[in-house]
Amino acid sequence: MADDTAREADHEGAGDDDAPEAPVAAAIADEVAAAVVARYEGSVFVESHGQPVVYVDRAVMADVATMLRDEEQFTMLVDTVVVDHLLDGTRLTVAGIVPERFEVAANYLSHARNRRLRVICEVPESDPTVPSLTPVYPGANFPERESYDLFGITFEGHPDLTRILMPDDWHGHPLRKDDAAARVPVTFKGDPSPR
Amino acid sequence: MTDAWEQEEARLERQTDEGAQELRASTREVVLAGGGMWPEDDLGDTMIINMGPQHPSTHGVLRLMMELDGEDVLRIKPVIGYLHTGMEKTGEELTYVQGTTNVTRMDYASNFANELVYSMAVERLLDVEVPERAVWIRMMMCELSRMASHLLFQATNGMDIGAVSMMLYGWREREEVLRIFEFVTGLRMNCNYIRPGGVAADLPDGWEQRVLDVCDIVTAGVAEYDELLSQNPIWLERTVGLGVITTEECLERSITGPILRSTGFAWDLRKAQPYLAYDQVEFDTIFTSNGDVYDRYRIRLFEILESVRIVRQCVERMPFGDYRVQDKKLTPPPRARIDESMEALIHHFKLFTEGFKVPAGETYVSVESPRGEIGCYMVSDGSGKPVRMHIRGPSFYNLQSIDPMGSDSLVADAVAIVSSIDPIMGEVDR
Repeated sequence: MADDTAREADHEGAGDDDAPEAPVAAAIADEVAAAVVARYEGSVFVESHGQPVVYVDRAVMADVATMLRDEEQFTMLVDTVVVDHLLDGTRLTVAGIVPERFEVAANYLSHARNRRLRVICEVPESDPTVPSLTPVYPGANFPERESYDLFGITFEGHPDLTRILMPDDWHGHPLRKDDAAARVPVTFKGDPSPR
Repeated sequence: MTDAWEQEEARLERQTDEGAQELRASTREVVLAGGGMWPEDDLGDTMIINMGPQHPSTHGVLRLMMELDGEDVLRIKPVIGYLHTGMEKTGEELTYVQGTTNVTRMDYASNFANELVYSMAVERLLDVEVPERAVWIRMMMCELSRMASHLLFQATNGMDIGAVSMMLYGWREREEVLRIFEFVTGLRMNCNYIRPGGVAADLPDGWEQRVLDVCDIVTAGVAEYDELLSQNPIWLERTVGLGVITTEECLERSITGPILRSTGFAWDLRKAQPYLAYDQVEFDTIFTSNGDVYDRYRIRLFEILESVRIVRQCVERMPFGDYRVQDKKLTPPPRARIDESMEALIHHFKLFTEGFKVPAGETYVSVESPRGEIGCYMVSDGSGKPVRMHIRGPSFYNLQSIDPMGSDSLVADAVAIVSSIDPIMGEVDR
């Protein structure tokens, strides 16, 4: 698998180049990302496979969303995703960002400027809370409920944070890496409920 | 007063769930204010009924909680999850080679879009360029799939609104498109044809004529539907001005595809952010400006014709060459080589048992499916299976348009509104 190692080395090399040690706005190719990094301390810009990505502190997730909507013409929050990095073999590290177990990624799209931006924040296992983006973008309602349901991340300020895909009486959060797929035993008619 | 409420509560207890707290609270107020059983007082005799999850016109297992005042719908809340099978969890257990078999079952009405977005995500993480012929085959199959999906919509939408013969006509033409899928991939649905590195097999002999024949059949079919419905007074009565949504409501609720285009916002990823070879073919973005059920029907009808245009250009300009990347670590050897080459056998075995490794990283890829923007957020940790494989199903987001569309409509129109969203529950619940 020599090809794969070479590819990996290339990728990591590229990642190092794009993550400057000091946040110099001029070095950031993407103007919106540069504006976010300049405004919020501790944000880091990375280019991931040609896509601009900004890592921010989780406390400012909703502020960044408001800024993108009101000042940068980002008309749509396309998607919010949670990733559980508990069992990662290798994980790309970003200079200046302390990796945590969970990552919440928000994909923004600006129709007027025809560009995308991904904003990612790290969420520790001990306190899995993130400010909700639903007050800013109502479209985040369902995906945040899904993330709450499947990962147990609490979105503060969400108007209706209930389970959406799993049954209401379900225990646990199935997409967490420590929640095994076959955790719920098969039961037969008349057996007590496994949950 | 209290007794009446308690009886009511006991009844509601059985038909609501946790998510309905808000609705229930408002009902409580109504009952308490009216001082008796509903719906005796004329101040606000609302009630909550459930439509679905087994209602035939909910396109699968969608449940709608509707707060009604007589026949007027005040609010609609979609309740989903009845078809949740943990496909994203399954996706983490499957290798990248097996992954397409999983995603193809999400949006089962236009499975090629799912396979495409998954394969493109893997290819971007691998940094692999797909041969030109594979790109054009993918584009042609995706457009045929769009035709099949919109024909299915015409059939079910007609049936839901009362034009029952549309069910037969739409299904008839869709079947012809599915025959092409069977001819090319071996399967009518869930084809698993687009795979990381290219497509599963080259187009079979004689495909050009068969595809062109289907184009003619579908074009004739669309003309027939247009004649049958577009000027039909009953049809107009039931669709025009119904379920109106504005561009702003669509954008803030992350609603994409024909629903967004029906509000006068001509946004199509095939034009705006071209992928495959969409920048090399001629087609138009169809959009209208009223944002009602009729417009969504018209958009989907004429998008079929645009897909026919693209498919015809694909037949005409299909490049020669390989249909997949010639990388032995990524794509399997031809079947015949396995009998004569030890290396081919080894590669075949390794590929289908442990798959290939993908460098660590994360990416988001999106394409225009018949229902809107379908995206794949893929995270790899350098192993042979993804850490996270998330599909942004457009139907999941589009369901958030039910409330602005359905509020202040009639119960009888709720069916037409749900139908015009064209949700595929396999993709909503995953």
